[in-house]
Amino acid sequence: MLAIEAQGMSRRFGDYLAVNAVDLAVPVGCIYGFLGPNGCGKSTSIRMLTGLLAPSAGQIRVLGLHLPEQAEALRQQIGYMTQKFSLYDNLTVLENLQFVAGIYRIKSKEQSMRIRELLALYQLEDKQKVRAGSLSGGQKQRLALAAATIHRPSLLFLDEPTSAVDPENRREFWERLFDLSDAGTTILVSTHYMDEAERCHRIAILERGEKRADGSPSELMTQMPADVYEISGPQLRQLRQQLLMLPEVMSAAQIGQRLRLLVYKKYGWRTEQLQRRLGAEYSCEAVRPSLEDVFVANTGEAYAGSRPHLRDIP
Amino acid sequence: MLDLGRIYAIFRKELWQLSRDRITFAMIVMIPLVQLVLFGYAINTDVRHVPAAIVDQSGSSAARLLAADLQASQTVRFVEQEFHDVATATKAMTAGEINAILVIPVDFERRLDDRLRGIGRPLAQWITDGSDPMLGNAINSLKQMPLTLRSPSHKDSSLPASAVFEVVNYYNPERRSAVNIVPGLIAVILTMTMILFTSAAIVREREQGNMEFLINTPIRPLELMIGKILPYIAIGIIQVSILLGLGHALFAVPLPEQWLSFWLVTLLFILASLTLGLLISTKAQTQLQAMQLTVFILLPSILLSGFMFPYVAMPLPAQHIAELLPATHYVRLVRAVVLRDANWSELLGDISVLVGFIVVGMTLATMQFRKRLD
Ligand SMILES: Nc1ncnc2c1ncn2[C@@H]1O[C@H](COP(=O)(O)OP(=O)(O)OP(=O)(O)O)[C@@H](O)[C@H]1O
Ligand SMILES: [Mg+2]
Repeated sequence: MLAIEAQGMSRRFGDYLAVNAVDLAVPVGCIYGFLGPNGCGKSTSIRMLTGLLAPSAGQIRVLGLHLPEQAEALRQQIGYMTQKFSLYDNLTVLENLQFVAGIYRIKSKEQSMRIRELLALYQLEDKQKVRAGSLSGGQKQRLALAAATIHRPSLLFLDEPTSAVDPENRREFWERLFDLSDAGTTILVSTHYMDEAERCHRIAILERGEKRADGSPSELMTQMPADVYEISGPQLRQLRQQLLMLPEVMSAAQIGQRLRLLVYKKYGWRTEQLQRRLGAEYSCEAVRPSLEDVFVANTGEAYAGSRPHLRDIP
Repeated sequence: MLDLGRIYAIFRKELWQLSRDRITFAMIVMIPLVQLVLFGYAINTDVRHVPAAIVDQSGSSAARLLAADLQASQTVRFVEQEFHDVATATKAMTAGEINAILVIPVDFERRLDDRLRGIGRPLAQWITDGSDPMLGNAINSLKQMPLTLRSPSHKDSSLPASAVFEVVNYYNPERRSAVNIVPGLIAVILTMTMILFTSAAIVREREQGNMEFLINTPIRPLELMIGKILPYIAIGIIQVSILLGLGHALFAVPLPEQWLSFWLVTLLFILASLTLGLLISTKAQTQLQAMQLTVFILLPSILLSGFMFPYVAMPLPAQHIAELLPATHYVRLVRAVVLRDANWSELLGDISVLVGFIVVGMTLATMQFRKRLD
């Protein structure tokens, strides 16, 4: 069963094609990740999938409803945590939750119980009377998640939910997402953090409005069209420049004292061939690809002209 | 079907936000208070030393005594320059050198004698610069001033002053007073605050980034609109009560005898202004734009509604524009109810126009509000 189905989903803003013919199939109960750099169309895609934006072309069905025509029927069943904090800064944590509960018509008896439950779950009990505007980044995100899930939606959209959260809190946040997933909620989450993407059941890699790849993180790693090597030795910066000249090399990036090299599989290089080219002052070994390598491999082409900046994408 | 629970959720949220906003909260009370006191005292100010001319056609000593008495009252101050006829004096008035002219007729002494024998013609005439209602009022008050007039035949006889003068307003035949201003002031203040509050209501959600969340909830546009205006109805009622109560206490403005009619037309006007504000709010992209649009409506509401200038005296195009403003209809209604004790059933014309404003405004605002980002 699919929670989200999209065929050829596109959206243009004037002349600019923000999302270009994206196909999606998100199974019920899945944690599905949108991975991509700034401006690749993650938010625009999510807005189309929630019925907030009409697609310029393509078919969208979410929970069996056609969008954007049946968007209104969908509202009660989905939760949406926007990229930018969209609750009320000048209301307290408690008031924000009471407001949202009222909008979703949660009966007053049930309401206070549900809010207490959420406050405990998201560790906001001692912040009840604090205005949302003065919460820390992580607290805000937790409040937003509480508000987005207050009516127990079966499908949850999270647009870069942890962009202002430290790694510790991020792990905590993801624990909550796994809880929701275990309870049967389908989750679509956008991110540009690799470690987050790795936690998803499935991911779609987006770039410049197009879907470059999708599948589970391990599938994507094995299907990668490149081998990964790590090289250590002197003068890595110069070596990197030289390697990037070679047509066999997809990308090369310095990580600490090592150079991480992606070599196209189709040229059939082995470690020995590479070692011979490098000479004795360098040592090189084949390593397991990471999701980051997958990301680079799938989006590298578009960045060919600016290869040295590849590593800037987190 | 509208859901009362959702309307209540919006209503409560608006109240919370309003109570956080100290300045706005203070303004709810301060605007009517300050305006009323400013307008009210400006009207009631003892006008003194109004520059005036005397055109004495009688040349009599009684006329000179009268002039001396008037001068002593301090209300008027006769200018040095001598005027021999009314025409030159009115020219000086047009030029703004003087604001009033006292015309003493040739037969002043005979009129005085007649008057003392009980035959009545006014003794003299004031021509006042009616373009300034305050000055006109000051001269008018001279009617009530008891003057001691001495005529050659009847020494030391005293006359009630009302018998002495006839007062003609030269430019503006309509006279105003605090009693007349307060109902109009209610219209202006309600226009200002009601439109201002709601014109920010929707656009603020958009500007502060709350909209994307809000439109993704099951809230219906009409529920949102109703929830948004409900708190401001209460605020409107508070402001009207302040104006009426203070107007009564400070300036003896009569409280409306037709209570029911008064609150009915006032409530309709509050609603009409609020929907107008909502309409602005669905159109404007920023709060600044909403503010500008509000001023765009507020100015004609002050100038054309009949609050400042009488409606009938306005040129036809201005009257047509005035008809499009809820304030015009309310000024008419509230003056009828407060000053002429009219009952609402006699005022169905203007009432139905206000109802029309509300229905059309609400429909347009609800239709304009899309639960979409594009
Ligand atoms: N309303 C709009 N009008 C015009 N262009 C838009 C609009 N919304 C988005 N875009 C453009 O579409 C592209 C995709 O934007 P989108 O917000 O979907 O990116 P994103 O992947 O969410 O990026 P980020 O990681 O920075 O949030 C961008 O180039 C953006 O400028
Ligand atoms: Mg985004």
